[in-house]
This record gives sequence, C-alpha cells and structure tokens, in this order.
Amino acid sequence: MAMTRQKTRYLLLGPAGLWYAALLVLPLAVVLVYSFGERAAAGGYAPAFTLAQYANLGSRWAAFKNTFMLAPAGTLAALLIAYPLAYFLAVRVTARWRTVLLVLVIVPFWTSILIRSYAWIFLLGGRGIPQLLADLGLGDLRLINTPFAVLLGIVYGYLPLMVFPIYVSLEKLDKRLLEAASDLGAPPWRRFMQITLPLSLPGIATGSMLVLILLMGEYLIPQMLGGGKVFFVGNALVDLFLQSRNWAFGSAMAVTLVATMLVVVTLYMRFLRRIGAARDDVGLM
Amino acid sequence: MRIYATLVYIFLYLPIGIIALFSFSAGRSASQMQGFSLQWYGKALSNPFVVDALQTSASVAFVSAVLASVFGTMAALALTGMTGRIRVLFDAMVYVAIMIPGIVIGIATLIALVTLFDTVNPWLESLTGYRLSMGFASLTAAHVLFTMSLVIVIVRARIEALDRTLIEASGDLGAGPLATFWQVTLPLLAPAILAGFLLSFTFSFDDFIIAFFVAGSETTLPIYIFSSIRRGVTPEINAIGTMVMGASLLLLVMAQVLLRRSTKAERT
Repeated sequence: MAMTRQKTRYLLLGPAGLWYAALLVLPLAVVLVYSFGERAAAGGYAPAFTLAQYANLGSRWAAFKNTFMLAPAGTLAALLIAYPLAYFLAVRVTARWRTVLLVLVIVPFWTSILIRSYAWIFLLGGRGIPQLLADLGLGDLRLINTPFAVLLGIVYGYLPLMVFPIYVSLEKLDKRLLEAASDLGAPPWRRFMQITLPLSLPGIATGSMLVLILLMGEYLIPQMLGGGKVFFVGNALVDLFLQSRNWAFGSAMAVTLVATMLVVVTLYMRFLRRIGAARDDVGLM
Repeated sequence: MRIYATLVYIFLYLPIGIIALFSFSAGRSASQMQGFSLQWYGKALSNPFVVDALQTSASVAFVSAVLASVFGTMAALALTGMTGRIRVLFDAMVYVAIMIPGIVIGIATLIALVTLFDTVNPWLESLTGYRLSMGFASLTAAHVLFTMSLVIVIVRARIEALDRTLIEASGDLGAGPLATFWQVTLPLLAPAILAGFLLSFTFSFDDFIIAFFVAGSETTLPIYIFSSIRRGVTPEINAIGTMVMGASLLLLVMAQVLLRRSTKAERT
C-alpha cells in the first residue's frame, strides 16, 4: 500500500515536473551557459567560455541605471499613494462597503496592463491632457515619453498590488492597542507613528517587494510611455534578443537581472525576520 | 480621507473609462467624442487580423488553462502531506516560476527552443520532411509553465482548508480511494480548480511579453494591439481594448465568486 501510494504521487507529479524541467530549469540553464559565450558572426550564440559579456555590462549601464532608479522610485510613489487608501479601507469603511471597495481596487490589476498603459498614451499624448492644458491657456506641456509618464504608468499599473498587503496587515491590527494608547493620553499622530505604522510594516514590506520585483523586469510600461527614451533592462533585453541578436550578451544581462532580484529578495527576507514578521500570508490575489 | 479615497478610485478608473467612452465615438478622430455609435466594434470584429488574433489568443488561453488546471491540480494533490527533497524542489520551482520575470522566461524559452530546433530539424526534416518551429505549441507550453504554478498555489490552499473527516467518512462507508476522489475530493476542490482555470485563461489571454518571444509567426491579440498602437491611437483600438477589458473582468468576477462560494460552503 505504501509503495503504491508513493507511485501514485510520482505519477501525479510527473507532468508538472516534466514541464518545470523542460521549460524552466533547462531554459534557465541554457541562459546561464550562453552568458559565458560569444555572439556568432550572423547573430545568435557561439560556444566559448569567457567573462567578456559580464565585463561588457557597463555598455548598457543606462538601462540598469533607469531600472534601479525608476523601479524603487515608482515603488515608493505607489506606497505613498496606496497607504492612505489601505488605511481608509481597513479602518474607516464599514464591513458592507469594504468588500466592494476592495474588489474595485483589485479589478484593474487583473485586466491587461497593455490596455491600461495604452489608456495613458491616449491621455498623455499630444491630443489628450496637453491639448486640454493648452486650450485652458496653461502652456505647452510635453508629457508622453518622459520619466514622469513612466512613473505614472508604474504607479497606475501596480497600485492595486501595493494596497492589498498593506490592507491585510492593517486589518489584523488590534484596535484595543489604539484605545489603550488613547487612554494613556497619546494624541492621534503619536498613536499612528508608534502603533499603526510599525504594525503595518510587514504589509508595507510585502507590497513594496512584490511591486519592486515585478518592476525590475518591466518592459511594456517604459516601452509604451517612455517611447524608447526611458528604457529599462527589459527593453534592452528585447533589443538584444530580437534586434541585434546578441544572445550571449543578452543572457549575461538576464542573469545579472535575476541575480540582482535574488539579492534583493534575500535582503528583504532578512529584513522581515528582523522586524519579526517572517510570514505575512498574502496570496497572489 | 473619503475625498482622498474617491480621488484614488477616479485615478484608477478614469483612464479605462475614457477608453471605453471613446470607443463609442462616431467620429474618425481618436481624441474627440463625436456622437454615439457602435461602428468601431463592427470594424474591429470584421477586421480579419483582429479575428485571427482573437482566435489564436482564445485557443492558446483555453488549451494552456486546461493543461495548467489538470497538471496543477495533480501536482497539488500529490504535494499534500508530502515531505522530503522532492517537495522542497517542487516548492522552489513553483516559487521560481512565479518570481522570474516573464521577459526572462520568454527569452530563456526562446533560445532553448531555437537551439533545440536547430539541432533536431536537419535530421527530422530529412526523415519526415517536417520542421519544428515556434508557434502555437511553444506559446501554449510557456503559458502552461507559469499558470500551472498559479493553479498549484490556489488548489493547495484549498486542499489545506478541506475538512478531512469527509474523506475519512467516505472511506468508512466503504468507498475505495478512486470513488472517494471522484465523489468527495474532486467536487470539494472543483470551485478552486475552476477559479485557477479562469485566472490561467485570463493570464494567458492578457500576456504580451512571453508571447512576444515565443509565438513565432502566430499573432495573439495583445501582440496585434501592441503593433497597432505603434501605428497610432485609433478608435478601433479603443473598441478592442474595451472588449478585452470586459472579457477579463467577466472571467475575474466569475473566479472571485467561485473562490468565495467555496470558502463559504466550507464554513456552513
């Protein structure tokens, strides 16, 4: 019996295991191997064992710089906008409205980011808001294809993902702590700074991490709203693989991106453990 | 506070609302609302490129969601109560598949498959006259990889919340393991599996970046929209975008209702 149960297990795991091996482990291993190779004369990959691709990463420094500046900036902006909303939903809203309002926050996140970014091209483009401002006599403003447009797109795209974890941690907050503080004479700002904010740190950390990680691999938002001027590592990768067909260099860049993300995640886990919130159960939705 | 929340909701919904509004414009201009008409919906749905892309997207999404639900549920069942190295390995892969950016998955699949095809095709072609290339199969396979992880996470959460006594009772009443599975376990898991299916379908349908790399000569709807946007903003794109958002929304509401219903049924 024990034996057959074990066999059933392996049979059940088979297809998924095969899929992971063939389409995750193997391809990622190929990327790692290729990152030590060279560009073939006609494009693609030529076998080699060199660190030249990694040494050359500096030539794409602009992409890394934009990613490592705009991704955290966008995460911070999303956090600053999301926190009051999460607070409002967790503390101020009656139970009846809460579900509806929460669903309304999540819905945009689960609809195509392509269409949502397109909506901003529509609004920020020459005949949208700039036209409106010009008609109002407020001058000539260029919005599309600027870092501002990319940041706006980022905040718009990822705000829901930030609101949700913060809401979860605020909702769990024990209201009696606030009452006790109030009885002891703490003014509202002090209650917020010394109780609410510290206790919502796990939510802040989870939300920021989810958003930051997704942003680091972003392609569509900088492509559509940055117009090729404000580009991320993702945009450089598309260029390297689909246009200049430099697989070895592209692979080195992809490996660097994933490695950076791993480092960030590890540091974040350590930080979470230090603030005593090793597990904050926030699902994917 | 309430004013602030209202402003954020306006920020969230105004852009998509305006797209939807302008999709009903009768005029040719994408930036002026002129009357009301459904003509752009008609134009979009009679555009053979749009219809073709829609069919590709829908069939890739359907096939990959079916495979992801079946394989994901199987894996979730097997992983329940499992310990040891294989469990750790699987958990790691589920996690990695979700964490690695879509763009890296796309790139990795592209170069791995192209390398494989370049090796295999010469003798395959001489033997059968047939060549392997990127297309429907590679796109579906890449989508299954990602969405299967979603299904595993969702279904496993449901299994952990299941009332084990029901399964034991079924055994006590003389049902074999297979009968218990079909008559007790599967019906209890069905809402979670269906929710996983709908989320997988939505993900696959909305995915641009993985498809961009591995779709080969196939054009999915997001790829079509992306390349049309490059040519400029038009009311037709507004109409297509509105339809896509409507469809995603419908599927998500269904998934949400299913997940909620399954947790409620458990409590009573």
